Amino acid sequence: MTATETSQGAAPTTTRRLTTAKAMSEGIAQEMAANPEVFYLGEDVGAYGGIFGSTGGLLDQFGPQRVIDTPISETAFIGLAVGAATEGMRPIAELMFVDFMGVCLDQIYNHMAKIHYESGGNVKVPMVLTTAVGGGYSDAAQHSQCLWGLFAHLPGMKVVVPSTPYDAKGLMISAIRDDNPVVYMFHKGVMGLPWMAKNPRATDVVPEEAYEVPIGKARIARPGTDCTVVTISLSVHHATDVADRLAADGVADAEVIDLRSLVPLDRESIWESVARTGRLVVVDEDYLSFGMSGEVVATVTDRDPSVLRAPVQRVAVPDVPIPYARGLEHAVLPNAGRIEAAIRAVVGA
Amino acid sequence: MTQTTSSTTGLTSDRLLEAYRIMRTIREFEERVHAEFATGDIPGFVHLYAGEEASAAGVCMHLDDRDAIASTHRGHGHCIAKGVDPTGMMAEIYGKITGTCRGKGGSMHIADLSKGMLGANGIVGGGPPLICGTALAAKFAGQGGVGVAFFGDGASNQGTTLEALNLAAVWNLPAVFVAENNGYAETTSSTWSVASDNIADRAAAFGMPGVIVDGFDFFAVHEAAGEAISRARAGGGPTLIEMKFTRYYGHFEGDQQKYRADEVAQAREHLDCLLRFRTTVTGDGRVSAQALDAVDADVAALIDEAVAKAKADPKPGDDDLTTDVYITY
Repeated sequence: MTATETSQGAAPTTTRRLTTAKAMSEGIAQEMAANPEVFYLGEDVGAYGGIFGSTGGLLDQFGPQRVIDTPISETAFIGLAVGAATEGMRPIAELMFVDFMGVCLDQIYNHMAKIHYESGGNVKVPMVLTTAVGGGYSDAAQHSQCLWGLFAHLPGMKVVVPSTPYDAKGLMISAIRDDNPVVYMFHKGVMGLPWMAKNPRATDVVPEEAYEVPIGKARIARPGTDCTVVTISLSVHHATDVADRLAADGVADAEVIDLRSLVPLDRESIWESVARTGRLVVVDEDYLSFGMSGEVVATVTDRDPSVLRAPVQRVAVPDVPIPYARGLEHAVLPNAGRIEAAIRAVVGA
Repeated sequence: MTQTTSSTTGLTSDRLLEAYRIMRTIREFEERVHAEFATGDIPGFVHLYAGEEASAAGVCMHLDDRDAIASTHRGHGHCIAKGVDPTGMMAEIYGKITGTCRGKGGSMHIADLSKGMLGANGIVGGGPPLICGTALAAKFAGQGGVGVAFFGDGASNQGTTLEALNLAAVWNLPAVFVAENNGYAETTSSTWSVASDNIADRAAAFGMPGVIVDGFDFFAVHEAAGEAISRARAGGGPTLIEMKFTRYYGHFEGDQQKYRADEVAQAREHLDCLLRFRTTVTGDGRVSAQALDAVDADVAALIDEAVAKAKADPKPGDDDLTTDVYITY
């Protein structure tokens, strides 16, 4: 299996453009319309529409029986979703910030992720856990983390992380239809929110009909020949911007791979690209050590380290909590300057 | 469960002026952060305590160096009432190296252990378990210290809070749990999200006293807190106090507040803790209006200076990035 060259399997049938937030809520709405077992619950997901716009318009369309506001009681309502899923419902539970997983992690990794295995495959937990991730707006140490490496480390749940409007809708639909628990992590910076720094790539063409983006299949966000940049989420946009500029400047023609899922990880696409370019940069907004960046590197070196023609560069959050002060926060995030330096280092420019 | 009514007994003129200064400092600090935030100079999120000053002041005036408090995301008032320097707090909110936490924490994580302030907290329900720990430490120290957990109506539904209430009761800890019910957990009404009529009703389930207080009334708060803290110091165990009031601003600065009607104007005009305090103490002649006006002027100057200094202070540098993660490495 190798990465597709564009996110869209078929020719686009529309030129309609949506933000990632609207694409995500449209995917939810279409699955809710098609399947009465699907419902959405979380804090401020009803009248407020989700604090990051993930559920805009859903309450009007489906009513409070199926778009359910909860008290601030993550253990209770995520546990409730697990229980409902074991009974054949297909709940989507929203954990407002991934940082809040600390108050409900037992329900997630000891129950949601393990019930199927513990039951010898007798019990299914077909639920989606959505959660907002990422920093860049001085929300400090308890509201700015990505933590996808932590979820990917714990077996039993799939982990998807869309970066584009097209993928946000298609991965949401795939996640809802999947019989496994799927953690769906959306970066606030890809949602196209009016109050956050907005990358133009946060708005794009999205087909009106329901469609799936397969979970576990990476996408070549930008083809290139000189090096491979493996990344995910908002960093895909930053890496693509940098790669376009460096190509225009004649420095390097970098290939950017958007992993789209961490579990399953599309190791074949990573391998195929790095075997071709011989140079690897990993950009990860999660913490550096024991995480995604190391796993991507091991994917190559486990198979054949001799394909690497230069030491790998990893651009990740150094192993410190996310600081509040703007300058410090920007220094830890994988910004354009750090990505450019890494690409220049691997190509020897 | 009891309902406490206002009483002005037992406070000298000096203590009354001190109470007023704390509340006025919090109000001035918050009104100024509100105004400065709108200019775009302050990074991040701020959650303002304006309207709730009587709670922090009325509780913390009973506390001293033996005692610790845990706070919430709406923590500026608790910091000031427990003695944290407003100048350092303002610098922290501006993300400067001179801030209480060297610019690393920001509004939601201001902490000063030298003042017994464990920290504001970005996790709803994060504080009550910590206070069980400070209360246990105080019990071991044997000096009569207490721990006070401030938390909101939202946190009252978190398992962490309910577990902490139970543990404090089971171990008879010198702890006081102050539920600041301002009506909304972010955008969610507490009349809907809290299953019991009152948060304080839940105290009965843990075998501890529960008290409901008009949180706009400094004297009612002061009396109820005094009773609970004295009982805790004397080995009588924990108490749950519920303050009922309204926050004057949104959940965070920038909140459109579509979820609530304009109850703030009414509260500011008829219920405001500072106005009621002024009317009471000048009415019975114990404090003059001039003395209160002088406090207002002092506080306004203090906050002016704090803002000017915060704006001028240096930012953290690259070298500060990796410090404070570990003590040694």
